[in-house]
Amino acid sequence: MDWGAIFSNTVVWIISPETIAYALATVGLAVHFGYAGLLNFGQAGFMALGAYGYAISILSFGFPWWAGILVGMAASVVFALILGIPTLRLRADYLAIATIAAAEVVRLLFQTTVFDAFTNSADGLGGYHEGFRAANPIPKGVYGFGPFTYNETDWWVRIFGILLLAVVILLTWLLMRSPWGRVVKGIREDEDAVRALGKNVFSYKMQALILGGVFGSLGGVVFALPSAVVPGAYVPSLTFFLWTVLLLGGAATIFGPVVGSVLFWIIMSFLANVLPRMADAGWLPFMTNAQASIARYILVGIALMLIVVFRPQGILGNKKELTFNAR
Amino acid sequence: MPADTNTTRSTGLHVGEIRPGVPKVDPIIVADNITRSFGGLKAVDVEHLEIPRNAITALIGPNGAGKTTLFNLLTGFDKPDTGSWSFDGKALAGVPAFKTSRMGQVRTFQLTKALAMLTVLENMKLGAKGQAGENFWVSLLPWLWRKQDDEIEQKALKLLERFKLDAKQDDFAAELSGGQRKLLEMARALMSDPTLVMLDEPMAGVNPALTQSLLDHILGLKAEGMTVLFVEHDMHMVRHISDWVIVMAEGRVVAEGPPDVVMKNPAVIDAYLGSHLDSDIGVVTGRVGVVKEKKK
Ligand SMILES: Nc1ncnc2c1ncn2[C@@H]1O[C@H](COP(=O)(O)OP(=O)(O)OP(=O)(O)O)[C@@H](O)[C@H]1O
Ligand SMILES: [Mg+2]
Repeated sequence: MDWGAIFSNTVVWIISPETIAYALATVGLAVHFGYAGLLNFGQAGFMALGAYGYAISILSFGFPWWAGILVGMAASVVFALILGIPTLRLRADYLAIATIAAAEVVRLLFQTTVFDAFTNSADGLGGYHEGFRAANPIPKGVYGFGPFTYNETDWWVRIFGILLLAVVILLTWLLMRSPWGRVVKGIREDEDAVRALGKNVFSYKMQALILGGVFGSLGGVVFALPSAVVPGAYVPSLTFFLWTVLLLGGAATIFGPVVGSVLFWIIMSFLANVLPRMADAGWLPFMTNAQASIARYILVGIALMLIVVFRPQGILGNKKELTFNAR
Repeated sequence: MPADTNTTRSTGLHVGEIRPGVPKVDPIIVADNITRSFGGLKAVDVEHLEIPRNAITALIGPNGAGKTTLFNLLTGFDKPDTGSWSFDGKALAGVPAFKTSRMGQVRTFQLTKALAMLTVLENMKLGAKGQAGENFWVSLLPWLWRKQDDEIEQKALKLLERFKLDAKQDDFAAELSGGQRKLLEMARALMSDPTLVMLDEPMAGVNPALTQSLLDHILGLKAEGMTVLFVEHDMHMVRHISDWVIVMAEGRVVAEGPPDVVMKNPAVIDAYLGSHLDSDIGVVTGRVGVVKEKKK
């Protein structure tokens, strides 16, 4: 087996746009679930709104690229309000159900032919890159070393994504060490207790839902930056991968989503490279090459179950959380 | 042992003849026609009730009498089927729970609500009112709230000392014992400098030595001008510190009055004890060591 190729195909995922996009969207989930205790199973919907908001405002309305990002963020704020106003007063489970359904509605709206003029329905959107690339401060050329060798456009996407991620992480860190974060974490533990102390619980839950949703939409933007926006990417399994990333890294941690996302993509691409080669080499007699490359999803599913059972606090989480949650 | 050395029992709180629903000289809560049913069961059915200001009022009654439900209704955690009530002269019907708390009416829960994955100190600091850093935008600029936060922390540490929890300040609330959680919840409620504290069985599970010191503390609250309303099954505690006692049974207020008078009321003995008609209620329900009360 060509271990060299496997290695370089795998390490490039450390700074791939997908990894950064997943990390961004997962910081949003950490705000929702890890800190505020909100069960959001529709983060893919927030990502779709970011990606489509960006692409449509550039393609259909001629907005500059940065305004496209703002439109994507604004769309996610509206979506959070629509989701939150009816459900945040109810028990946590209702939000979970509403988010799954609402995210699917969003995806299907982008996929249907009704809005074909804007969304190009199932084929998705492309060719909105001009503005973003024109803003690239890096001179034309090829940079980097070994597997991390990219042209100026590829570097610009990565650097911009990492900057966004840094800002989002800094914001989260500032918020969660502040009295605002204290209220939000209190709500996660027991919202009636926090209510009894005079805090407007509904308003804080709404703020947390919006904040995490906006982070999700930024993940969607970074997801869209390198290539295209296709509705098939924003399926529920995207949300479940984000949950895997979150639980892998640690739900109530600042850097957990980054660690989780990098690990997730490294494992995924390692398996994607190794399993088919193993099948070809005859090491997996019961599988064909194509079956082997699908098998990684099964392995990821098993890994998620193992994390939840044996290390619910994630890699970076506090050990005590485990003890207490086992109550 | 005597606690009320610096506080006198308040007397002359009511106007006219003592009976359920008797008007008070200076009421802080006035409630009218409050009813709340669960299915066919009328959990609360209070015609008229006034809670005296700057006094310690005990709410007693057998299990299921509707004490906790009345607490929930008065604080906005539950909605009554009918009725109106006011706190400090402001009508409270339809006011959400967090707002009644901001007005200065702070409660604790019978089933303790410590915030498990927050530290004891964080629990305490959450109790303080009017924190600038609890605003989303302000929270991002630490220099705008740091000073206030430090002051709140000092206050929290003082209270924790009083409640013998200072050694636990950096532990998660989940690591506390049941009684310690009760104490934490009470201390946390006091962080907001309430006008009225409503304590639902504050001493359940707290050891007698600490109970004594907390009773002193509650008396101290009254001396500072606070009003206390508490639910309690321990008749010694009720006798010891309360100025006024309200007795509920099957959702209704069946008796009220100063502790000495109420404890001798046949209706109360009936509601509480059934057959033990001639027993001293304190001896039957209380602990072994009878607290000797200083007669004023
Ligand atoms: N959420 C609820 N749903 C249905 N019934 C309820 C509910 N809450 C209370 N009840 C009923 O209302 C009655 C009063 O209950 P409440 O909790 O107010 O009693 P309590 O006086 O606080 O008793 P205890 O001293 O045991 O705490 C009980 O009969 C109880 O079964
Ligand atoms: Mg009760």
